[in-house]
Amino acid sequence: MKNDHQTDEPGDQEVVIRVRDLEVGFGERLVMKKLDLDVYRGEILGFVGPSGQGKSVLTRAVLGLIPKRSGTIEVFGQDVDKLSTERRRGIEQRWGVLFQQGALFSALTVRQNVQVPMREYLKLSDRLLDELAMLKIEMVGLKPDAADKLPSELSGGMIKRASLARALSLDPEILFLDEPTSGLDPIGAGEFDELIATLQRTLGLTVFMVTHDLDSLYTVCNRIAALGDGRIIAQGPMDRMLASDDPWVRSYFHGKRARAATAARH
Amino acid sequence: MQQDTTAETPRAEIDRTKGATRAWLSGRWTVEHAGAVEREMAELASAAEGEQRVIVDLSDISRLDTLGAWVLDRTRHEFGQNGIAADFVGARSEHHILLNEVAYRGFQPEPAKRRHQLVDVFADTGETIVLAGKDFARGVSFLGEIVTALLRVILMPSRFRFAALVNQLDQIAFRGVPIIVLISFLVGCIVAQQGIFQLQRFGAQTFVVNLVGILILRELGVLLTSIMVAGRSGSAFTAEIGSMKMREEIDALRVMGLDPVEVLIVPRVLALVIGLPILAFLSAMAALTGGALVAWIYGDIPPDAFLARLKATIAMNTFLVGLIKAPFMALVIGVISSIEGVAVEGSAESLGHHVTSAVVKSIFMVIVLDGFFAVFFAAVKY
Repeated sequence: MKNDHQTDEPGDQEVVIRVRDLEVGFGERLVMKKLDLDVYRGEILGFVGPSGQGKSVLTRAVLGLIPKRSGTIEVFGQDVDKLSTERRRGIEQRWGVLFQQGALFSALTVRQNVQVPMREYLKLSDRLLDELAMLKIEMVGLKPDAADKLPSELSGGMIKRASLARALSLDPEILFLDEPTSGLDPIGAGEFDELIATLQRTLGLTVFMVTHDLDSLYTVCNRIAALGDGRIIAQGPMDRMLASDDPWVRSYFHGKRARAATAARH
Repeated sequence: MQQDTTAETPRAEIDRTKGATRAWLSGRWTVEHAGAVEREMAELASAAEGEQRVIVDLSDISRLDTLGAWVLDRTRHEFGQNGIAADFVGARSEHHILLNEVAYRGFQPEPAKRRHQLVDVFADTGETIVLAGKDFARGVSFLGEIVTALLRVILMPSRFRFAALVNQLDQIAFRGVPIIVLISFLVGCIVAQQGIFQLQRFGAQTFVVNLVGILILRELGVLLTSIMVAGRSGSAFTAEIGSMKMREEIDALRVMGLDPVEVLIVPRVLALVIGLPILAFLSAMAALTGGALVAWIYGDIPPDAFLARLKATIAMNTFLVGLIKAPFMALVIGVISSIEGVAVEGSAESLGHHVTSAVVKSIFMVIVLDGFFAVFFAAVKY
């Protein structure tokens, strides 16, 4: 199952995130070394790499949560360093983030969590506010009675879904997912992948997904980028990744688990 | 490709001819224009009132998101309810998918629970009393657990965690010395100063030594120390044990066959029981120093006279009364903050809640216990 979502433009697709010569480091250690990456509109990009090589660091650098040493990051064609606070906030409204642990506000119910960005940025009637929150909650596959629960009362899968509902609350154009299926059982993970693919299709989202889940990479990602030694060592659709010579990429996509995932697909 | 989000506000052009209302929608029907989306659709709804048929043309909508789709579908639903035949035509394929995806359904708002206020008052009172009773029972049973664990350790001294005890003593007693000494010194000064001012009126200012000596040694030293320790160390216990509970560290200990009470709580409670009397003693000495200093400055009582009078007024029992109380205070603080720590559940909010209640309950119980001791010592004339 592939999503052949095309943009209106023929030929070169629109780049929504453009990272150039990015360097990020902590103390002596340089985690990103002159990293380049493009994310195209409407695609689902799977981002893989060995643990501890800075997949999350890249995501956080793009989101502006970690300062970078040098390089440029452009989002929607605008250099994020050169933006006024107001314009930057405008960009922040156009992306949604699903953090690895969900990062739901523990003092608020699921419904209130989903409504936080709406209340902050939109002037909506109370009725529409409630309806939209419930709509998002249903869209991510939660039962309506979950809406009034606190995050501490939810299971791991429900937390991911609730957090996705919050990420979607402003109808973002880009969705960042940090290991969305980690900690879910295979059926739950499969459903979650399906959900992301459906949402991507209906809402025309661009999805940037950090993942270790080979099944997700096979089923929902249009393109995969592999991080190694602070750089992108390989990128492209699955067949390109399978043909890569890089030893890490080879062992990742041709290992025992990968073969099992491939076998399951045929 | 830069898209200006302020342009293209959503519009509905309405035309009423030949028994049908036609509307052409254009612009961006998205969250940024939420207000306009709602307004335009409300306008359309009021324009279509009493009509038989409404045709809504969606072909000029440049962008649609879930909000726009929801409001559109909601309006369609409302037309249907009012007996108006509504046709939504010309939706682009991707907009069509979205409209189907969000398909309007009514969400029933939760019926708010309404009870009589008086009933609420009784219910809350009852609940509080039952909870207090349960708290007390839990405290006693936990104390039992601690004592059992302590006995086990005494029977098998090799299991005793000496390093943990020393570490806790360092945290509770040694690091607490400066702040407790400082506060006690200041309180000693204040008590002496007020005492001198009042006693001067009767020309009895030398009695300030009796006042300061007895008050500090019997009550203030140990009370101040207990309250400080409850705030400093009780909260730390609850937070430490609580966050270990949150991250399943307590369960990890249990599955390794280690008793969390023995490993975590016994060293802490023991350190408190040893540390608090030491701190109470230091606190009393600091407060007496402060009192002596103020007596010298304000009351013209030189230090040697102060000491001589102090020696005459207090006996060993005055000193012991204060010190005897200290280990009991320590036990109360230790038990309460351990219970609160173990009661922490998943969320950070719960941790904060339990830390607060550990400190509040400890301080409350310390003062209550001090009251009982005062009654007890008065009864036995000690």
